[in-house]
Formats: sequence, structure tokens, C-alpha cells
Amino acid sequence: MKGRFVPFLLGVVFALGLGISGMTDPRKIIAFLNVAGAWDPSLAFVMIGAVAVHFGFAQWALRAKKPAWAPAFFLATKTTIGAPLVTGAAIFGLGWGAAGYCPGPAVVAASGGSVPALLFLGSMLAGIAVFRWIGVPSRRPGSSRLVRSS
Amino acid sequence: MGRVPMAFTVVASLVGGALIGASASALLVLNGRVAGISGMLGGLVRPERGEWSWRLAFVGGLAVGGALLAWLRPELVPSVSPGVPWPLIVVAGLLVGFGTQLGNGCTSGHGVCGISRLSVRSLAATLIFMLTGALSAYAVQRLFGAST
Repeated sequence: MKGRFVPFLLGVVFALGLGISGMTDPRKIIAFLNVAGAWDPSLAFVMIGAVAVHFGFAQWALRAKKPAWAPAFFLATKTTIGAPLVTGAAIFGLGWGAAGYCPGPAVVAASGGSVPALLFLGSMLAGIAVFRWIGVPSRRPGSSRLVRSS
Repeated sequence: MGRVPMAFTVVASLVGGALIGASASALLVLNGRVAGISGMLGGLVRPERGEWSWRLAFVGGLAVGGALLAWLRPELVPSVSPGVPWPLIVVAGLLVGFGTQLGNGCTSGHGVCGISRLSVRSLAATLIFMLTGALSAYAVQRLFGAST
């Protein structure tokens, strides 16, 4: 119950946050990223707002023994800035700037009935599947490399 | 809130960002999980034991949230793409899907959660995808953009 219903509610809150902040409108994303155009710096404030709230809790979590309802924290343990990180981030950015969707807003806007977002979501899931099922076997665990800390 | 989305929306963006941060904080403090959307999707596309149901629940919440937005504030989830032709949208989706898995995160996992944990790795990833995102947005809008 706690393990499913609460994440569900938090997903709803996360989606509302993405919508209210402007992240689900690809025009705003592109107007933010394309600094050479009619630049709209609004989305910088999304990150400022999110990090301002999350920072304290994240610092607390780094020190706490365990979360309230789980046996341990599941945090990323990698610290190296290697070729996979650099290449992956660069490839992600190219797609993000081209279409104006990153993964969360793609799910939200597609569920809200946006046709371009639906198209994007379908091919994004295909891109994820290519990596997870076919691509670079040695790296397949991907973000599930979130390992129990503490 | 119902203003034209193209306007400079500092307050709405701060409030929305705070909601994102609050959601990520509760998920970490209560369930011990990181609110990285690309990681969740990756773990749904290739399921892992014990880590499937919470991810499905959260992504299901995102979908319900999207439907709520479409009902209450449809202008926040517009069915538009600024001049981007559909084959390019498909290519962009493939790049985002593959790139986030290779780079272990996206705007949420690296940009919000990682930076909040003071992860240098996440900061590096964020700077890189912002830079290539800027280049890509510029090039695509230069080629296909409806407006200047």
C-alpha cells in the first residue's frame, strides 16, 4: 500500500508540477534552450524551485540511516564522469532540444492528449528498449545501478 | 495561471518546480527512491525484481496527472510542436530514450535529484545536456522553426 499508493500520488504531484512550471509545453522548452531566439529564461526557475525544496531533504537522506518505509536508500553509487555519461547526456540533449520533451513531460503531455508528445513517447520507449535489451550488454543495468546504500 | 504560456513565467515555474522538489523529497524520505523518470521508465521497459510496482505506480501517477491537467488546464499540455516535422520528433524520441539510459539519467534524475545531492557527476551531465540541447534547439529552429 505505502509502497505503491504513495508513489502513485507523488507521480500525480510531480506531473502537476511539470505542467504548472511550463515543462510540458515544448514551445517553452525550446524557447528556453534556444538562447539565440526570443529567449524565455522561465525554465531556469523550475530547477531553482525544485532544487531549493529538494536540497535539504536530500542532504538529510544522505545522513539518515534509512527511509521511513523502506529498508534502505536506493541511491546511485557511481561517481566517475566517463564516456558513457558524457555521450549519453550529449545524445539526450540533442533529442531534448530538437523536440522539446524530456522523459517526464513526454509521459505527462502524451497522457494529456498531445499528439506530438504521444509520437515522441512511443519512439522514446523504443530508444529505451534498444538500450536495455540490445545495447551495450556490459552497461545494461543502467540506472538500476541504484544500489542500497548504508 | 491561465496566461499565454509564451510569457516569462517566473512564479509559475518556481511553484511548479517546488512541487517537483516536494514530490522527489517525499519519494526519497518515505520510500528511499530517487525520482528519476528515465530510470523508472528503463526499469519498466526491462523489469527488475522488486523494483517494478513502485515505478509503475509513479509513472501511472504521472499519466493521471497529465489527464488532470488536460481536464483542468488544457493550455498546459498543448498538442503542439513548434515547427518540428514528425520524422524529427521520432528521431528525437529515440535519442532521448537511448541517451538517458546510456547517461543514467535525465532532467529529473541528474538535474534535480543529483544536483540536490551535490553529485558532481550529475552536475556534469546536466551541463552537457543543456549545452547540446541549446545547440540542437538552435539548429532545429533555424531549419524548421515557424517563428524567428
